[in-house]
Amino acid sequence: MIAFAQLYARLDATTSSNAKLAALQDYLHAAEPADAAWAVYFLAGGRPRQLVPSRQLRELAMQRAGLSAWLFEESYSAVGDLAETIALLLPEATSTSDDGLAVWVEDKLLPLRGLPPDELAMRLDALWAQLDPQSLMVSIKLITGAFRVGVSKLLVTRALASVADVDAKRVAQRLVGYTDLSHRPTAASYQRLIAAESDDEHAQRGGQPYPFFLAHPLQRPLEEFEASLGAPSDWLIEWKWDGIRAQLVKRDGQLWVWSRGEDLISERFPELQELAPLLPDGTVIDGELVVWRHAPEATAQQGELMAHAAEQAPERLNDQVEAQLEQYGIQPFALLQQRIGRKTLSRKLLEEVPVAVLAYDLLEWQGDDWRARPQHARRAQLEQVVAACASPRLMPSPLLHGDSWQALAEQREASRALGVEGMMLKGRESAYGVGRSKDVGVWWKWKIDPLSVDAVLIYAQRGHGRRASLYSDYTFAVWDGAPGDPERRLVPFAKAYSGLTDEEMRKVDAIVRKTTVEKFGPVRSVTPSLVFELGFEGIARSPRHKSGIAVRFPRMLRWRHDKTVEEADTLALLQELLQ
Amino acid sequence: MDLVIARPEGLYCPPGDFYIDPWRPVERAVITHGHGDHARGGSAHYLAAAPGEGILRARLGRDINLQTLAYGESIEHHGVTVSLHPAGHVLGSAQVRLEYRGEVWVASGDYKVEPDGTCEPFEPVRCHTFITESTFGLPIYRWQPQAQIFAGINEWWRQNQQAGRASVLFCYAFGKAQRILHGIDGSIGPILGHGSMEPLHQVYRDAGVYLPETRYAGDVPKGDPLLRQALILAPPSAGGSTWIRRFGDYSDAFASGWMLLRGTRRRRGVDRGFVLSDHADWPGLLWAIEQTGAERVMVTHGSVNILVRHLRELGLDAQAFETEYGEEDDAPAEPAA
Repeated sequence: MIAFAQLYARLDATTSSNAKLAALQDYLHAAEPADAAWAVYFLAGGRPRQLVPSRQLRELAMQRAGLSAWLFEESYSAVGDLAETIALLLPEATSTSDDGLAVWVEDKLLPLRGLPPDELAMRLDALWAQLDPQSLMVSIKLITGAFRVGVSKLLVTRALASVADVDAKRVAQRLVGYTDLSHRPTAASYQRLIAAESDDEHAQRGGQPYPFFLAHPLQRPLEEFEASLGAPSDWLIEWKWDGIRAQLVKRDGQLWVWSRGEDLISERFPELQELAPLLPDGTVIDGELVVWRHAPEATAQQGELMAHAAEQAPERLNDQVEAQLEQYGIQPFALLQQRIGRKTLSRKLLEEVPVAVLAYDLLEWQGDDWRARPQHARRAQLEQVVAACASPRLMPSPLLHGDSWQALAEQREASRALGVEGMMLKGRESAYGVGRSKDVGVWWKWKIDPLSVDAVLIYAQRGHGRRASLYSDYTFAVWDGAPGDPERRLVPFAKAYSGLTDEEMRKVDAIVRKTTVEKFGPVRSVTPSLVFELGFEGIARSPRHKSGIAVRFPRMLRWRHDKTVEEADTLALLQELLQ
Repeated sequence: MDLVIARPEGLYCPPGDFYIDPWRPVERAVITHGHGDHARGGSAHYLAAAPGEGILRARLGRDINLQTLAYGESIEHHGVTVSLHPAGHVLGSAQVRLEYRGEVWVASGDYKVEPDGTCEPFEPVRCHTFITESTFGLPIYRWQPQAQIFAGINEWWRQNQQAGRASVLFCYAFGKAQRILHGIDGSIGPILGHGSMEPLHQVYRDAGVYLPETRYAGDVPKGDPLLRQALILAPPSAGGSTWIRRFGDYSDAFASGWMLLRGTRRRRGVDRGFVLSDHADWPGLLWAIEQTGAERVMVTHGSVNILVRHLRELGLDAQAFETEYGEEDDAPAEPAA
């Protein structure tokens, strides 16, 4: 545990990737495989479910530290991190534990889940008494499932690759699914990560997907497209769907569905199991899970369409799917999110919100890894595979055509009406890379500009982590009446905490402190004086919000120094955007 | 009768007709110590502890009208007996003891309870009313013994030497810098200082405080191999300046009590944070308050409301004093400390 906590401290202390890589390598070289197995699990983003409810942790910590609740809360508010707060408040350890990370996780921490309060208090007391503050903080982060340190999965992959002396792409492949909840890291599973290349690597992969290839944002003026990207005909162009990126893995008679976070989500989308008998073994498809509008009607019509897909030319199918999109459109992501959140899926929900996959890539076919083949070749084969399936659950993501970038830009204007986020550009000759790699080809996401309004900052709350003790999280409001209406009020409608530079945030922080009207715990209300242009990706009605609307991914686009509070936008404008 | 009240000019003693650390120019000012938020220019008469004379003159001007007292020595002014007692904060820092008609008040300015060898250690003074700071007035603030911190700095310096990197340590020029010099192992390598620090080092040396030899960083040419062995002390304001670039490849660190929190460390953007403060930690504040035997406590700058509420829960008569010292209650955690 101590070694892992020291690794955490080293990683946390630097922003240099090389220093982090060196720290990881040092740790992996020295650690027992069983400990390294858990370390890789946590560093690569693995999170066991919360072992002890936060409320219980707080209460125990207050008792041990002999503090009243308000003093504990004030401390927490200053620190901005529960685990760190507790570690700073508990009495110094009376002994030390030499046990490694694996023993700590498996024998001491995981068994805490579900214990009755008395038993839990006793066990935690005993555990806390053996840890130095650094280890204490890390162990509490493991308990609360909030363990995070500035290390990318890519960096962990590189560290493992250098320790194992194996190609990083291979390690990335082996790491897929390693952090899934169903997987429990062991010395053996770690050994497999760093094992030498073997001939049966492929056969061992079971239901594992490939590392997802991710797109880069395309942010340049349209006039420069031709010069930097070449002609549109060099690219395969699609809509950018607002759904869940997923891989369908069909092997050994089973179908697995993986999300981009490398979570296994097969059980959440049982309707996709219809595809299991239709797809041959040794097939992996990359695509987007979406919900069509007017689901039952759309599904019936798409069933018709797909039933005859194999008899048609691919271009014809492409046009038909595009026509479906124009006729029905795709539901906003919020609806899909409702489905993800549900523990039990009722028949009604499955009927009203059925998912379908819009397929855009073929990663494995007949058991062969196709990722190194050119995009257009993968696409051609994909179209055949999808057509042969003849299911409305699986349709090709239609290719878009335009003679010029200008024409495509005009076509892209329809994005919002169709419920998509813009376009994707995929190099015709591009291979399928790993993560955000650019060495074997590139995918661009050409997103539409966000919706935006000018809103007024009315509440501020102190941030967490790097922004602890800075007022960095804000609530924004718009007017509920037209300018000049003496009765009109500011109605809160969104919270945002990103988009400002550190410098701007410091200035806002200072203004918040000066204009505070009231404090409610960590939140301050301020005299409205600041106007920001707030951008967001989507907007939907929401009876749960005072304003009656909810926006998606709100963030600050810029500080409108030039606008007074009176000039901020109104609720009526937001309601117009709903249309 | 209250011997100290808060006025727009500063903390004021009505029977004595003088101020303690006023933030506006006044006729008579008693100064607890030489930090900028406590010692301000423009007043007609100053009274301070003798060991602080050099600092005050260096900062407020050679020709200020300054009277000094040895620690423990007292004078009487309008019937108020005034004496100064060590606060353990920086060289010459003092608590101001006021006695009038049997009533005793102590205004402690800033203080630290752990002795550090660069100034007289804090000395509890019995009183009826104690005026305390609350910079680190939250139970999360508990300092490690300073020997551990200095060992950490030495270790960091040695590691940088081995890697052929300069070690740039940011710290406040008055108090913290000299305390670090006094505490570290000066035999590890050459020590360089920012121009703003050298005169202050000299004041400490003149006062008989041992500081290892330091050189003015500006005298060492850019690219000199000596830099890769050196520890360089710099004020926080030098961070990101052109001055700092002369050191080539360097590791940087910041020494301050605020470095206890991960968030502050990360926001500072330095490689290391050393938790070293010239202020009392939470147990230190509570210990000092208890030692005075005071039943009434006035709380100034820092976590005022928190300390007041806590002291009241302990049964003391605690109140907040509005001052312009330090920063506000939950300030962005980067004042001089």
